[in-house]
Amino acid sequence: MTGPGEVSSVVVRDDSQFRGSYTDETLISVKGLKMHFPVTEGVFVQRVVASVKAVDGVNFEIKKGETLGLVGESGCGKTTTGRCILQLEKPTAGEIIFHGEDINGLDDKAMIEIRKKIQVIFQDPFSSLNPRMKVGEILTEPMQVHNIISDEEGRRQRAVELLTTCGLKANFYERYPHEMSGGQRQRVGIARALAMNPEFIICDEAVSALDVSIQAQVINLLEDLRDQFGLTYLFISHDLSVVRHICHRVAVMYLGHMVELADCDELFDNPIHPYTQALLEAVPIPDPDLEHGRAHKVITGEIPSPINPPSGCVFHPRCPRAVGSCKDSFPEFREVKPGHWVACTEV
Amino acid sequence: MATLLEIDRLKTQFFTTAGVVKAVDGVSYTVDAGETVAVVGESGCGKSVTAMSILRLIPWPPGKITNGSINFAGRDLVQLGEGDMRDVRGKDISMIFQEPMTSLNPVLTIGMQLTETMLTHTDVSEADAQKRAVELLGMVGISEPERRLLQYPHHLSGGMRQRVMIAMALACEPKLIIADEPTTALDVTIQAQILELMKNLTRDLGVAMIIITHNLGVVARYADRVNVMYAGKIIEHGSAADIYYRPQHPYTLALLRSVPRMDQPRQAKLDPVQGQPPDLTMLDDGCAFRPRCRFATEKCATSFPDLESVADGHAVSCFHKDEVSATLKEAS
Repeated sequence: MTGPGEVSSVVVRDDSQFRGSYTDETLISVKGLKMHFPVTEGVFVQRVVASVKAVDGVNFEIKKGETLGLVGESGCGKTTTGRCILQLEKPTAGEIIFHGEDINGLDDKAMIEIRKKIQVIFQDPFSSLNPRMKVGEILTEPMQVHNIISDEEGRRQRAVELLTTCGLKANFYERYPHEMSGGQRQRVGIARALAMNPEFIICDEAVSALDVSIQAQVINLLEDLRDQFGLTYLFISHDLSVVRHICHRVAVMYLGHMVELADCDELFDNPIHPYTQALLEAVPIPDPDLEHGRAHKVITGEIPSPINPPSGCVFHPRCPRAVGSCKDSFPEFREVKPGHWVACTEV
Repeated sequence: MATLLEIDRLKTQFFTTAGVVKAVDGVSYTVDAGETVAVVGESGCGKSVTAMSILRLIPWPPGKITNGSINFAGRDLVQLGEGDMRDVRGKDISMIFQEPMTSLNPVLTIGMQLTETMLTHTDVSEADAQKRAVELLGMVGISEPERRLLQYPHHLSGGMRQRVMIAMALACEPKLIIADEPTTALDVTIQAQILELMKNLTRDLGVAMIIITHNLGVVARYADRVNVMYAGKIIEHGSAADIYYRPQHPYTLALLRSVPRMDQPRQAKLDPVQGQPPDLTMLDDGCAFRPRCRFATEKCATSFPDLESVADGHAVSCFHKDEVSATLKEAS
């Protein structure tokens, strides 16, 4: 008979290489990133009446070979942050320094070179692949556009190689997306991202739409690829269990602000910010005895609208520890322990 | 506890051009009055179709209940006429769906939708129904209930809409609520609020609940008993402790090992089930899990193992259940 928790804590494979290619060299750093979307009114003459502060002053850096987790609930700005890095949105303010160069505001032509190095894997494998293109075309098109491999046969070979790397058979080359399951489509999305030999991949909820058994396969694939090609990931997800498993460091966002950033185990074992604590408390753990012993303190209220966010610290209306001064200004993001950053005055 | 619902060898099939989809293939389980029973499994395992079959909401064509019985409070729901069935839906058994965005009528006010079930099923006057609606909204934690009655679903957030759905489900004091992925579309802090609310309400009102979900954490937190489904069949059932600490079916074990734990440091790579779930039109006589199963032998290809009792209330459908237990013991 096994006790609580022992079932899933079985050591299945040697995992001493987990930190893999993690180095001290900074690959990308994001400074003071702001993305405010205008809200307009009027039919013929559009007036800007407000703005949605999707991202409102975010700073972080990612080391080469590292996986940084970006977590938070819907509307916290985690996806927008990823899109800003890719320059799919034009940020309102801030710097995105990739390999020592600020890529924010580069023109489209200059971005073409950068995009080879930064790729993205999207959440929904059903809508992120063109339904009218065969898998082969999906994989070879970026190679052709970026002129990486000039002859057709070379591209074909490379595409087949990518399919194999991602655990798909070579005959998938001739298939259409509708002929595949969700997990297989997600593997094609990953193969497409790898086609450019990128250094940095933004995984935007890359495993969220998959069933648990398939999800575990894709998580393992992402980890294998990270080790094999020395990749760096920004892993955007709302699933905290997956984030704890795959990430080296984790950042928590709430309503456009980063509220906490720390090493993975430190963040999950010693969360400091009241929002992080509430978030971790809310996640149910697959262990009945443990669950029955938990307090289940739920935080009240809903996430406010980013058009009209609360003054000062955006979390104060729901915060169990809020004091009067929390309404006045957003607290400084400070380092309370080595490598553990928190934006809260009351801790 | 008295048995409230007894599903016996239920089969629901969809007759499509691609073949007969055996979505539910001989499922039996019971729900006692006041208890919470979970049905877990991955997409396409038939967990939702079983629930829809209980309420006879399977669209014909192409779907049809082809075999089995569903006994609820002394009546077989499968044999019931459409008129009698309509009296059951929303009154004795109500349902909470996954999508709070699409399961409320966008052109009717919250008040109209809440009172509609009461006015249909009971003899209350319009004024009393309104009063009860205000009371229900208060009970599910919605502020300013009088004002909310006049609002439309698009005025409310996802969490609020799910609260309205729960209020509607409770309106006629049902004996059983079927909740199909009730919190899957919600953020975690909102999910925790809704689950806590459902747990407290079902406990206080003594309502039984079938919770259908793929989230093993939710099951661990709320379910008394658990049914694990794979390819249209229940392959293991037992108390929550049986399923989590003493699983004997390879699929249950694999499912538990596939989810990373948020409360423990990473220890190893995940150990996922290889391969894909089967095509439900191509099932043969053997065990549907065998192509993905590390314990499978020739025997598994020729006959389907019966659901055998291994302990009080714990049953498993696998020829190799002892080997699975042995592996577990070895690992611990």
